[in-house]
Amino acid sequence: MKISIKREDNIIKYELDLKDITLLEALNYIKSNLDNTLAFSSGCRSSVCGSCSMRVNEREELACNYKVQDGDSIEPLKNMSVIRDLVVDMDSAYKTNFKAKAWLNKLTQGVSLNHDDEKRNEVQSDCILCSACYSACPVYAVNGEFLGPFALTRVWKYVSDKRESDEKSKIDNVQSNGVWDCTLCNECTLVCPQDISSKADIEKLRAKSAGYGYMDPSFGSFGGGFGFDGSPSF
Amino acid sequence: MNYKSDVLIIGAGGAGLTAALHAKESGASVRVLTKEYPTRSQTCMAQGGMNAALANVSEDSVEAHIANTLKSAHGEADEEAVRFMCSEAINAVEWLDSIGVCFSRTADSKIAQRTLGGASAPRACYAQDYTGLKILHTIYDRCLSQDIEILNEKYLLDILKDESGVVKGAKVLDIRSGDIEIYEASAVILASGGYSRIYDKNSTNSTASTGDGIAAASRAGAKLIDMEFVQFHPTALKNSSILISESARGEGGYLLNSKGKRFTNELAPRDVVSRAINDEINKGEEIFLDIRHLGEELINEGLPQERKLAKLYENVDPVHELIPVRPVAHYTMGGIEVDNKSKTSLDGLYACGECANHRVHGANRLGGNSLLEIVVFGKEAGLNAAKYALETKNAQSELVLEDGFFEEIKECKNEIDFYAKREHVGNMFYKDVGIVRTQEQLKSALLEVKELQASLNLMGVSDKSKVYNTNLVEFIEFKNMLEVCEQVVSSAIKREVSCGAHYIV
Ligand SMILES: Cc1cc2nc3c(=O)[nH]c(=O)nc-3n(C[C@H](O)[C@H](O)[C@H](O)COP(=O)(O)OP(=O)(O)OC[C@H]3O[C@@H](n4cnc5c(N)ncnc54)[C@H](O)[C@@H]3O)c2cc1C
Ligand code: SF4
Ligand code: SF4
Ligand code: FES
Repeated sequence: MKISIKREDNIIKYELDLKDITLLEALNYIKSNLDNTLAFSSGCRSSVCGSCSMRVNEREELACNYKVQDGDSIEPLKNMSVIRDLVVDMDSAYKTNFKAKAWLNKLTQGVSLNHDDEKRNEVQSDCILCSACYSACPVYAVNGEFLGPFALTRVWKYVSDKRESDEKSKIDNVQSNGVWDCTLCNECTLVCPQDISSKADIEKLRAKSAGYGYMDPSFGSFGGGFGFDGSPSF
Repeated sequence: MNYKSDVLIIGAGGAGLTAALHAKESGASVRVLTKEYPTRSQTCMAQGGMNAALANVSEDSVEAHIANTLKSAHGEADEEAVRFMCSEAINAVEWLDSIGVCFSRTADSKIAQRTLGGASAPRACYAQDYTGLKILHTIYDRCLSQDIEILNEKYLLDILKDESGVVKGAKVLDIRSGDIEIYEASAVILASGGYSRIYDKNSTNSTASTGDGIAAASRAGAKLIDMEFVQFHPTALKNSSILISESARGEGGYLLNSKGKRFTNELAPRDVVSRAINDEINKGEEIFLDIRHLGEELINEGLPQERKLAKLYENVDPVHELIPVRPVAHYTMGGIEVDNKSKTSLDGLYACGECANHRVHGANRLGGNSLLEIVVFGKEAGLNAAKYALETKNAQSELVLEDGFFEEIKECKNEIDFYAKREHVGNMFYKDVGIVRTQEQLKSALLEVKELQASLNLMGVSDKSKVYNTNLVEFIEFKNMLEVCEQVVSSAIKREVSCGAHYIV
């Protein structure tokens, strides 16, 4: 089996005499047997730590959750600067959680959650911060200030939590470079290994925002529902 | 460059981040370093749950939790520490709940609890199939809200002291730039996780669990204890060592040998089941976990990750097929000796989490007690280190900086492939310092570890670049692992009678 890996500006081909293995196992094999200089990240091997996110044939995958095939071409995530080989700098993506204030602001005393409350944001709290969605997001590609899919999903997680008693300030905080900048293109949803739809969460945040009197800024000024780049934003 | 803070925390798993929050709350300035990113820490892998005697599902008591923990510890735990941990458990879960951890709920809106091995009641609080993930991420979110500084991809090399031997900082490799950095602090907390990866592929652990902090603490002169106590989990996937949760047996799964026969009580303690499987394997049997009779619906509902991982790594669908399993190293009870204030034997140095030994697990940890430990003692470490740091921060002293470990490593030639040696040590340890041990095996293992240490100068890295050199990082990890290996075998040799996870024949 031959696979090619994008390393800096070169594409290097590796020949492996192995079958039926995950991409992560293949990378480990290359690293320890063929080329000690290959750089990539991994941790859990079981799809929960988010370390081994990368692109395979131009689609975001977790290397430990993907069976490698002959001819696969591997490259690092997009929209984050490459440090080396398959390793990108995720600091700026991680920072969006801080900018979006993705945490429980103020605890409501004395609420107890029932089974339905638990289900309300169960999927959102499955996020492993792998950044696949940031790699796929066309808005984040052009606007590094965009709060972005996983941070907005996380905001929804806390906004939808009955224990949060300061919902409004959470909503206030995601108005600029936030919920209205998303084009609802759904790319993030398609690549999420945890079946999270940030797009759907952003729509829910928009509805909440409307409830607090906010409206789509591009809708207001343009009257046509098209964003600055011409893409529909409703 | 030289950076200063009151408290410096190495490790950003559940233990390190909990310590950070409480140190900051005490008024200290805090900085956290991790060799990965915080949410990639192994804590995210815990599925089963976190113990607290809430009695939400059926009758339970703190006394029962204490009794179960002490029994499992085989007389090697400190009763006072166990008492403290089990009594604090309820506060710990309440705290997690109050910062937004979405624990699973019962029909009457209480936190749900399940029974894990060795517990006399359903005591483990869980968040679906993802307890560790949800706890770690929520604590991380809390750290962001408190604006705690967390620096990613910074690798602890050595702990630094002043002339009087008081710990005052750390020497760190910035993995991205390849530069060495010095971090000064009035107190240092180690929260760098366990050392099960010395068993290489024969371990369920994250590849980061290489015992770096323990090795660095030991080089600085801190005392380690009970290093021989390594817990083997009976059911990991045979080829990949990925954990198949105890809940598979809890739900009624059987263990079968190649003849299709059951051979042990599946619900006995982990060490007993691991030994039973080991005996069968030594007789030439292959071992399988059979959950087919549980039915597709129950498997999808209760064990979805298990089904996915068995398909991915072993090409079997547990709804219709047997799952090949074997016991592998899972949790390390031993570590840096600390007192009830999480202080190590060195002034200025604190430790918590799996790298520390608060003597709450003794010779055998109970499922669900580790997540509990990291939250309870993470808090203690944070509070006590902050108090100490604030009391001593004006004392004048100079860091002693001298070439050591890292400079030596950079001189090593690359003639022997350390990746092959790393695999060899893992397999040798699995065989000779494994589930069942003999004095002869231990002695020969020690000899081999020493030989490998002596030839480290020929095992250097072939990648000479400065930026993000994982070849170098892995080599440093390997050196740390060999130091830890030496400690594990030496203490195993000293303990001549079987005790819990240390089983000697
Ligand atoms: C598959 C699996 C399932 C488990 N299930 C459960 C369960 O259900 N219940 C339970 O109670 N326990 C469980 N455990 C055990 C539990 O998860 C761990 O013991 C616990 O999470 C350890 O937490 P920690 O904070 O001490 O360390 P970790 O979470 O391992 O964090 C260590 C941190 O230190 C950093 N670090 C390490 N070395 C360096 C260095 N040289 N420089 C800088 N940083 C460094 C790492 O990057 C990381 O941030 C499970 C473990 C595994 C592997
Ligand atoms: S939302 Fe999905 S794709 Fe995005 S970081 Fe989380 S798990 Fe990864
Ligand atoms: S739906 Fe929004 S967040 Fe998701 S990829 Fe498209 S623009 Fe980005
Ligand atoms: S190694 Fe953790 S997600 Fe792949």
